[in-house]
Amino acid sequence: MIHSLFLINSSGDIFLEKHWKSVVSRSVCDYFFEAQERATEAENVPPVISTPHHYLLSVYRHKIFFVAVIQTEVPPLFVIEFLHRVVDTFQDYFGVCSEPVIKDNVVVVYEVLEEMLDNGFPLATESNILKELIKPPTILRTVVNTITGSTNVGDQLPTGQLSVVPWRRTGVKYTNNEAYFDVIEEIDAIIDKSGSTITAEIQGVIDACVKLTGMPDLTLSFMNPRLLDDVSFHPCVRFKRWESERILSFIPPDGNFRLLSYHVSAQNLVAIPVYVKHNISFRDSSSLGRFEITVGPKQTMGKTIEGVTLSSQMPRGVLNMSLTPSQGTHTFDPVTKMLSWDVGKINPQKLPSLKGTMSLQAGASKPDENPTINLQFKIQQLAISGLKVNRLDMYGEKYKPFKGIKYMTKAGKFQVRT
Amino acid sequence: MTVGKDVSALFPDVVNCMQTDNLELKKLVYLYLMNYAKSQPDMAIMAVNTFVKDCEDPNPLIRALAVRTMGCIRVDKITEYLCEPLRKCLKDEDPYVRKTAAVCVAKLHDINAQLVEDQGFLDTLKDLISDSNPMVVANAVAALSEIAESHPSSNLLDLNPQSINKLLTALNECTEWGQIFILDCLANYTPKDDREAQSICERVTPRLSHANSAVVLSAVKVLMKFMEMLSKDLDYYGTLLKKLAPPLVTLLSAEPELQYVALRNINLIVQKRPEILKHEMKVFFVKYNDPIYVKLEKLDIMIRLASQANIAQVLAELKEYATEVDVDFVRKAVRAIGRCAIKVEQSAERCVSTLLDLIQTKVNYVVQEAIVVIKDIFRKYPNKYESVIATLCENLDSLDEPEARAAMIWIVGEYAERIDNADELLESFLEGFHDESTQVQLQLLTAIVKLFLKKPTETQELVQQVLSLATQDSDNPDLRDRGYIYWRLLSTDPVAAKEVVLAEKPLISEETDLIEPTLLDELICYIGTLASVYHKPPSAFVEGGRGVVHKSLPPRTASSESTESPETAPAGAPPGEQLDVIPTQGDLLGDLLNLDLGPPVSGPPLATSSVQMGAVDLLGSGLDSLMGDEPEGIGTPNFVSPPAAAAVPANLGAPMGSGLSDLFDLTSGVGTLSGSYVAPKAVWLPAMKAKGLEISGTFTRQVGSISMDLQLTNKALQVMTDFAIQFNRNSFGLAPAAPLQVHAPLSPNQTVEISLPLNTVGSVMKMEPLNNLQVAVKNNIDVFYFSTLYPLHILFVEDGKMDRQMFLATWKDIPNENEAQFQIRDCPLNAEAVSSRLQSSNIFTVAKRNVEGQDMLYQSLKLTNGIWVLAELRIQPGNPSFMLSLKCRAPEVSQHVYQAYETILKN
Repeated sequence: MIHSLFLINSSGDIFLEKHWKSVVSRSVCDYFFEAQERATEAENVPPVISTPHHYLLSVYRHKIFFVAVIQTEVPPLFVIEFLHRVVDTFQDYFGVCSEPVIKDNVVVVYEVLEEMLDNGFPLATESNILKELIKPPTILRTVVNTITGSTNVGDQLPTGQLSVVPWRRTGVKYTNNEAYFDVIEEIDAIIDKSGSTITAEIQGVIDACVKLTGMPDLTLSFMNPRLLDDVSFHPCVRFKRWESERILSFIPPDGNFRLLSYHVSAQNLVAIPVYVKHNISFRDSSSLGRFEITVGPKQTMGKTIEGVTLSSQMPRGVLNMSLTPSQGTHTFDPVTKMLSWDVGKINPQKLPSLKGTMSLQAGASKPDENPTINLQFKIQQLAISGLKVNRLDMYGEKYKPFKGIKYMTKAGKFQVRT
Repeated sequence: MTVGKDVSALFPDVVNCMQTDNLELKKLVYLYLMNYAKSQPDMAIMAVNTFVKDCEDPNPLIRALAVRTMGCIRVDKITEYLCEPLRKCLKDEDPYVRKTAAVCVAKLHDINAQLVEDQGFLDTLKDLISDSNPMVVANAVAALSEIAESHPSSNLLDLNPQSINKLLTALNECTEWGQIFILDCLANYTPKDDREAQSICERVTPRLSHANSAVVLSAVKVLMKFMEMLSKDLDYYGTLLKKLAPPLVTLLSAEPELQYVALRNINLIVQKRPEILKHEMKVFFVKYNDPIYVKLEKLDIMIRLASQANIAQVLAELKEYATEVDVDFVRKAVRAIGRCAIKVEQSAERCVSTLLDLIQTKVNYVVQEAIVVIKDIFRKYPNKYESVIATLCENLDSLDEPEARAAMIWIVGEYAERIDNADELLESFLEGFHDESTQVQLQLLTAIVKLFLKKPTETQELVQQVLSLATQDSDNPDLRDRGYIYWRLLSTDPVAAKEVVLAEKPLISEETDLIEPTLLDELICYIGTLASVYHKPPSAFVEGGRGVVHKSLPPRTASSESTESPETAPAGAPPGEQLDVIPTQGDLLGDLLNLDLGPPVSGPPLATSSVQMGAVDLLGSGLDSLMGDEPEGIGTPNFVSPPAAAAVPANLGAPMGSGLSDLFDLTSGVGTLSGSYVAPKAVWLPAMKAKGLEISGTFTRQVGSISMDLQLTNKALQVMTDFAIQFNRNSFGLAPAAPLQVHAPLSPNQTVEISLPLNTVGSVMKMEPLNNLQVAVKNNIDVFYFSTLYPLHILFVEDGKMDRQMFLATWKDIPNENEAQFQIRDCPLNAEAVSSRLQSSNIFTVAKRNVEGQDMLYQSLKLTNGIWVLAELRIQPGNPSFMLSLKCRAPEVSQHVYQAYETILKN
């Protein structure tokens, strides 16, 4: 099972270590540093590294490497999933997960890690239970603690761990009972030079914020559940009812949680809401290149596309660019060769464009690679797959909750090749 | 928490605070104890009382906390006191305490394994598998799995249909981590028939929809394994196949680290059951900001999934990738295009034109990589795409990597007759001969010889030049050897040389890096583990000498079929008759006088390797015939015979046909004259499965020592070094007695013969079949696995002759059920010849008797592990079929002893 955890910052300092069994020497991380040196970028460090006596599994999040050390055959996904849970917990506790924040809250961090694993076996990984055991730090509590001398360790015992619904704490009380659901879809797509779709798929999630008194039992049904190709549920969802009736039936955890994530695959036709017209040309003899990009809406079902940003890694041969956008702002970093253009909203009457010239290294041959354009955008009130929630019902409690549902479509890994 | 300060001095004071009701304080004290108990073991005893008391606290959470903390104190003295409270907690009424206690057993086992076994905690833990609470079941399974890992032989997780049912019930209700433990445990179970397999699959399938990817992958493992048992025509089989694809695709949209592990596993799944993901090619298309390790894996799977149906799409993608920035990735993409050409014949033309387009980009590394793969395409489709050679030649100057240069030289040599200026091209390479890498030098030598054989008139000078460079000015033995061989070949028999050098080459295999099927089957059982990430069985890399139980896919059994014992001895004489056959003591005594057996004869030591060829004059006038019309070329000044000191080594490599090979064949004949029978070498590991390394071999037994005679042939294009060999545990503990000694690097096309001494002191594990030997051979390229069956007679020891009294007593002593009868057909030998032939293989005739015109030979032999086998061989003069009865306390060896008899007598 999981032996130890090291947190390493991007400059290669181990700033936190935690051992759940015997102590593993820090020197084991040398193998990790070697791999880190070999990889040109932090993202490229291989997630599984073998050393003579241990295996190192790492994830890179928020500019921190979370390196778990294992000694025996443990499923790597088990370890990586656990590390993700650690990251999520930190974020949940401290708002952000960064080196200074972890250093500031080192006591809470150790307490939380101690509760998450017992001898390498996961113990309490649900944020509901953890928060009962160890209260997250707030400014008010810090002040109170300094005065009264108490700490963040809860004086309550984790009663939830004994119940049949370990994800929900007991005795929840709210004056306003409300349940909000966000259907968020991300489009991953690769569009080729000519504008046709090479591959497109939708990753969707339903995130929920449920603040309901007592032990409510909810059911949520869709207008068109057949759309979903593959679903993964929060443990609270009763799988049988989904199998037989395509209804989500569950006792929700308290607070924020991810109810469902789903996948609409490339087999189904995925609507692409934007198009990018581009004309990037280098000429062999001249040291100037032409650059022109226009973005426009495609299948948006009448909704506005907002928060559009384009970024592109230009070839090394490009020295500088002089461009004029019709709207928004753009930057080009001559060192990293990263061009980014913050467009904002797309007005279908007046399509935003970015035009100008690129100055290339004089005398050099034209660059071999074509830049790929990365696109970000958001569309409110639209689930691009067409998924719609039919209704939400509550059983088991008397009061009438306030219900809300929101849809949003975002670009995931949306790439346009040129 | 103490900011690095050592506060162990406060130990007594802190322990005093332990008996508090304040939970927070208690927790802090516990934390303190965990950290400092080790430094103050004597003081730690003081804490025991409180722990024992806390273990009886009315609050279950306190009880659990106490038992959890106690397990974390790694002090031997404390663990003894832990036993009683732990026992109580394992039977606690509250499931939370039981589940904590279950993990505590694993902790304790880590500290003191013997104690855990003595105290019977393992049995209690096993009982917890049938606990009513799913969380307890999950933790018990987790604890048992961890303990089992350090005790591979112990049968801790003994699963039966009842416990499986319990686990399946618990599976639905426990936490995600518990589900992983249970699924991994289920994967070790072998259902008794297809119906049971199907019902387990049905109950595991819902786990594919779990949010935790580790749960999903563990479920995939169970399904992949049990699917093996389902019949393909079953409707359910098809449904299951369809259900497997979406979760695997979803894993690919997760974080890059998860993707990487998933991809490594998908790589295995695609090789085992390509049908699952055959329609999902698009999800493996690479995004430009994927981390490099994900990109490379995706590319690998794309090639595996490439088929006629999707090749156009794949090629378009690959071409796109070839213009990316990352050099490694671009190279692999170019290589992938070549592999597509080789895999999908219909696409070859398109692939070649794509490669040509890429060559036109003039990007240095793209051109080089393209040339390397085009060479492979030429090997697969000879004489089809020569039109591109002109384009390739244009880029000759830009090649600076050895592999690309070697590939280009190969192409020029191979198609020398169609390239007008082939001699000029090769000559230009020859100028810097000494600066080239060995790979290029060897290739250049071969190419020029090829050129010479095709156009002897113009290139004679060139070939002389290269031969002298290779033989006289080079320090590389491989190069020298190859130079000499060509030299001799050319001078002795140019016609033969032509046949040898320009022989038709075997086609290269379609997929070069498929995992060996048996290994693949094993790895399928390890989906989701580190083994699947490394594509190696755990035995190859798990720490220390810890053995690992080999897993294998279950065989397909239909529920209706009854199990049949695989070894049913052929029906022989009825039992009554057998009694007559056993000689009475009196008879035996008389017969013994007739025995004409000498003491065991051991063969003379084997004279192998150093066969001196001496000054055999291989350089004849053969060259004249080839260059007849060029009088001044007959090489008096240049074609002097190579320095006499360089006698031809015995292990001349290079695939040679015709007359020359006979000359060198002397070695192989010598060894077989004495000692046990030696089977001819068989190919154990074909080159296509081992990236060009071909291994053939046999086993010998000489004067009490066993050895494995290996012949390693390098059929790849790169030099092989760093050989090492390792055996898996086997039935008789065979293990190499010395490391594999390959003194010089093995150059392409070179062969080396090695005799590897073996001993029988390795670890023992019963194999199926009994004489199965799994071997791993490593070289600088990779690790390869193969398995072979060794003949049992190499294990017959020299002192296997039993005293006749003893023989008689033992024969009677061994129960009749252990007797197996076999028939040896078509053996024309008489009793004397049989007896002496068997004796040279250490099967000793104890007594001989003639009953009713039949010769009865009573024989004994002993195996290296001390097992005696007694045999009775009935020979009827004039009848070439012998009857063999074998008696042994370990009846499973009989079958193999019979096979040994067969082999010895028939060869």
